[in-house]
Amino acid sequence: MDKNKENFVRLQFTSIPDNVALARVLISSLVAQGDITLTDLEEIKVAVSEAVSNSVIHGYQGQEDKLVTIEASISKGILKVLIEDQGVGIEDVEQAMSPAFSTDPERMGLGFVFMQSFMDDVQVISTLGKGTKVILEKNLIKENQACSHLAN
Amino acid sequence: MVSVKFKNDNLIVKIIGDFDLVIAKEFREKVDKLLMDRPVNNLILDATEISFIDSSGLGALLGRYKLIQQKGGRMSIFGVKPSVFRILELSGILKIIPIFTTESLALERKEA
Repeated sequence: MDKNKENFVRLQFTSIPDNVALARVLISSLVAQGDITLTDLEEIKVAVSEAVSNSVIHGYQGQEDKLVTIEASISKGILKVLIEDQGVGIEDVEQAMSPAFSTDPERMGLGFVFMQSFMDDVQVISTLGKGTKVILEKNLIKENQACSHLAN
Repeated sequence: MVSVKFKNDNLIVKIIGDFDLVIAKEFREKVDKLLMDRPVNNLILDATEISFIDSSGLGALLGRYKLIQQKGGRMSIFGVKPSVFRILELSGILKIIPIFTTESLALERKEA
């Protein structure tokens, strides 16, 4: 299978909690088209689940009639996922991304920690009152695969 | 899906599917009500059918752990799949909630 196959998907859905599973299914199906380890697949699913959950819980604060957009592309073996909402935005992105920061005592403040641990790059662009964009990137080609690819 | 059963003063909660924000809410509501209504000494999570967990699930677990601890009870987990185990381990939750392989070991709180 061609691991470098270019691909792009875009999905927009209402901000109901059940749709977080939909986002996981979308991203799993996309990355599973290539040659990917189960660990990588699980990690990508967790990272996307965290970002979309943030949009639903924090961005829209439980309002279920808003829209979340997810765009995912694979280009040259790099997976790029954009998760976007037009919610309340994050006042202090740096603080929100620090370990164990949570505005909710029932949550562990691990959302951004998992995104950062499981993806190669995490960018957060947020404007108060306008919304938040999270861009996750991960190289799907491991070094040994890249070497064999070059050797070919 | 969240199903519950009692064995004496042990409350065994089974989660089937993805332990994300949807199931976390159901788990939280169901368990909190039961802990309020009945004397529970030991809260046990049956994780054999959990295929996925994220920070929403972890937060719900931690919240129930704090609650049962306040009541003088204990909490444990059994039957964790490898992918879920990894997330539990990374979260640090395993330092406070013990894991067992089977329900009977969790009931006895004996290491396998």
